[in-house]
Amino acid sequence: MAGKIKIKTKLTGDVAEIKSLMLHPMETGSRKDPDTGEVVPAHYITQLTFANNGKVVMVANFSTAVSKNPYFGFKFSGASAGDTLKTSWVDNVGGADELETTL
Amino acid sequence: MQLGRRLVLRGSLALAALATLPRVLLAAAWPEKAFGSTAAGQAMIDLLGTDQTTASDAITLQVPEIAENGAVVPVTITTTLENVESISIVVKNNPRPLAATFEMSPGTLADISSRIKMGETSDVMAIVKTDAGIFSTSKQVKVTIGGCGG
Repeated sequence: MAGKIKIKTKLTGDVAEIKSLMLHPMETGSRKDPDTGEVVPAHYITQLTFANNGKVVMVANFSTAVSKNPYFGFKFSGASAGDTLKTSWVDNVGGADELETTL
Repeated sequence: MQLGRRLVLRGSLALAALATLPRVLLAAAWPEKAFGSTAAGQAMIDLLGTDQTTASDAITLQVPEIAENGAVVPVTITTTLENVESISIVVKNNPRPLAATFEMSPGTLADISSRIKMGETSDVMAIVKTDAGIFSTSKQVKVTIGGCGG
């Protein structure tokens, strides 16, 4: 599942601006496959976590109402150049991915 | 006897399901009940313990007035309120109104953006929980094509 997270970071003073994009279908479980007419099972990211140098700075809890290939942006202070930002997510069927980036 | 065996079989399946629980428990913070609620008020009670919020103009909710495609509605929430503990997005008319909730850490700035799905025209609420209470603001988004499948 690697390579499904894209991260852009921008450091202004000690404030880091994070923009993240995950490749994920985010199926609601109510959509029907147009060809077979069968309901496509729910498959969505439930939790997205960001940790800077091991300290959790943001936990985003998602429902199926977050768009396909979720985008999520936020800012946190207390960052400095060279910090390691770890981004990880888990989905409702046990899928997971993580990525480490340097600020 | 046949039926009895079925029951035993079912019981063992249930046990097997229990055995897989620890993985679910790891993500215990994920508010499953609130996300499953089909009414906005109930989702707020499940998540925050109350459906009463104080309207606040210290919260800025940026959403489009008209969303041509309900599958991708950009949402940005910022606030000047202090000591923010969490920010949540509630879409009143969605089948499951609670779209997302963000848990803030002390150093995290109250400035988040994401993209959500909307089934139909609805009020979108930004709910900010601080140590001083629960505040909210809402805006209506008109949706021309719904984005909740079906």
